[in-house]
Amino acid sequence: MSTSAGEPPEPQGASPAGSTGPAGPTGPAGLAKEAQVDPRLLVREQGLKGYLTQFKQRIRGGELGSLPVIVGLIVIWLVFQSLNSQFLSAQNLSNLSVDIVATGLISVGIVFVLLLGEIDLAAGSVSGVSAAVVAVLNVNHGWNPVLAIIVAIAVGALLGLIHGLFFAKVGVPAFVVTLAGLLAWNGLQLRILGANGTINLDNNGLVSKLTNTYFSQVIAAYGLALIGTVAFFAISYFGNQRRKAAGVPSRTMGDLLVRTAGLAIVAFAVAYVLNQYKGLPLALLIFLIVVVATDFVQRRTTYGRKVFAVGGNIEAARRAGINVALIRISVFVISGAFAAAGGLFAASRISSASQATGQSNTLLLAIAAAVIGGTSLFGGRGSTYSALLGMLVIQSITSGMALQGVSNSIQFMVTGAVLLAAVVIDSLSRRTQKATGRT
Amino acid sequence: MTGEPVLRLRGVSKRFGAVQALSDIDLDVAAGEVVALVGDNGAGKSTLVKVIAGVGPPDTGEIRWEGRPVTIGSPAAAQSLGVATVYQDLALCDNLDVVANLFLGRELQRVGVLDEVAMERRSRDLLDTLSIKIPSVRIPVASLSGGQRQTVAISRSLLGEPKIVILDEPTAALGVEQTAQVLDLVERLRDRNLGVILISHNMVDVKAVADRVAVLRLGRNNGFFDARTTSQEQLVAAITGATDNAVTRRQARGTGEADR
Repeated sequence: MSTSAGEPPEPQGASPAGSTGPAGPTGPAGLAKEAQVDPRLLVREQGLKGYLTQFKQRIRGGELGSLPVIVGLIVIWLVFQSLNSQFLSAQNLSNLSVDIVATGLISVGIVFVLLLGEIDLAAGSVSGVSAAVVAVLNVNHGWNPVLAIIVAIAVGALLGLIHGLFFAKVGVPAFVVTLAGLLAWNGLQLRILGANGTINLDNNGLVSKLTNTYFSQVIAAYGLALIGTVAFFAISYFGNQRRKAAGVPSRTMGDLLVRTAGLAIVAFAVAYVLNQYKGLPLALLIFLIVVVATDFVQRRTTYGRKVFAVGGNIEAARRAGINVALIRISVFVISGAFAAAGGLFAASRISSASQATGQSNTLLLAIAAAVIGGTSLFGGRGSTYSALLGMLVIQSITSGMALQGVSNSIQFMVTGAVLLAAVVIDSLSRRTQKATGRT
Repeated sequence: MTGEPVLRLRGVSKRFGAVQALSDIDLDVAAGEVVALVGDNGAGKSTLVKVIAGVGPPDTGEIRWEGRPVTIGSPAAAQSLGVATVYQDLALCDNLDVVANLFLGRELQRVGVLDEVAMERRSRDLLDTLSIKIPSVRIPVASLSGGQRQTVAISRSLLGEPKIVILDEPTAALGVEQTAQVLDLVERLRDRNLGVILISHNMVDVKAVADRVAVLRLGRNNGFFDARTTSQEQLVAAITGATDNAVTRRQARGTGEADR
């Protein structure tokens, strides 16, 4: 979790900011104080007041971060709840949290590719191949499931490597390379599955258990919420202490507590709801760990910094001594590996690998989720949290519509409209950013 | 000027196919000195910069660095000698903040993780010593003005502790105020005892900050001038070759030698 300020795509950060209600009176005061100084020379005001002014400046500057998607999610939930009281039931929300995992994992890989300003159209087919590989190895050849899973993910990484090599070394546009992959790997998937086209997995096998395991002890979900909250606070607190010691702008204790409280409310509410049904789903736990870990890689390591740099300005990255080709190839390998992981969960959810796994709109939903969550299609901006948030939005719509008995046709149209809205918000915020760029 | 200059070029020539881009160029840059490199388009300024920055090594001629002969065969070699180049297209990542841009490609790490605190600290120190005013070192470079971006690009070149900084048209496309900021920064570089090679088409800027002016014309030295005592007209004449005859060449040589 991030410790430094000014990073929009952080869902916990936005929740205390979203609740400006109680802190309202401090807002105008902060603005008045700001007006006396040249606002451009403000480094960062201390405390909640500074946080609010900074937040307002950011909104005005078009840096919306994950705010639109959180607002959108709340609206969607309220609408569906008002239509059907079953929507916000523990069972529905628990199922929803497992349903997002397969496509969500693919979307995590897509986020990496989008950060470069590229696209991976083959992720759906790669996930299908992975599901087929694991099914054939585990069921038909009786391999150890762990080994089969490792091989399946390695195959995904290998397919990603092929995309990456053609893109970075040969110079074929990523769109075309992965379009070729979309078709070719779909064929490969059918080939691996063989004549039957569908292979049923063992219901009690490890692969199936990926999505049907629940930690039913009440302590599991609450414990995870507690660990997450404490870890967030500890990292923020000690990071802040270091900042103070080094004499760079730091947050006040109040600010830290507000953020931690925001996270705690969300975490414990989720834990409570999950405990009302079967408990903490293993799949959700894995997905959350993946999202947090990949976000850490993107934001806190040199590798992530290089990915952002290549997505922002290739020439600048090259001159800074970054091996652009290596970064590009590695990103496609990552995308392939996560697509494969997504395929495993997709197969696990229905306990079978078929010709349909990873087909139809899986890929498009994964891309849509990343974009709805706030990752820019134009490269250089985004985070893997957008995979989580975007999938929540998409799956909420799907689930809500299904409860209403609305047909697929309407569902697709609504999801399409939401995607369009997300891209419009992205484009508009970019335009506002340029307008306030003071160039 | 005392002792050997940091960088001394003698008789540097470079040919691209049929074009003699540089012939017999001399140039001295001492520590704490701003040398303006001026000349019309195609005079060989960029080629000369590429020679010094290690992008395009010369065919013949001698390069001495702090008195000893060196060959600058690659940009990395130039950097390790202590030559930093800020190109006209600043090559900043718009999506990254000021700190990330300053440290791009040489991030500080702590147990394998980016050390944001140390980087922010050093960025602020660097910007402070250069009296650079930037709203925050944590805002994306995209939201900075052209002048601020230029100062960020120049500051970034200083992180490598160079001895010579080459600025390629740093004030092109900047407003009045922003130009003044950049020129201030150039003077501060001189105060830090760095040698600065300033490429510019703007004679006002050149006269404002340069100590000496080296004029290139058609790939040859066309005189060295003292920026304080030479009029703008004289510089323009040297650049365009309006007074390119034996007498002025002789005078120019005289000025150049006196300067050395």
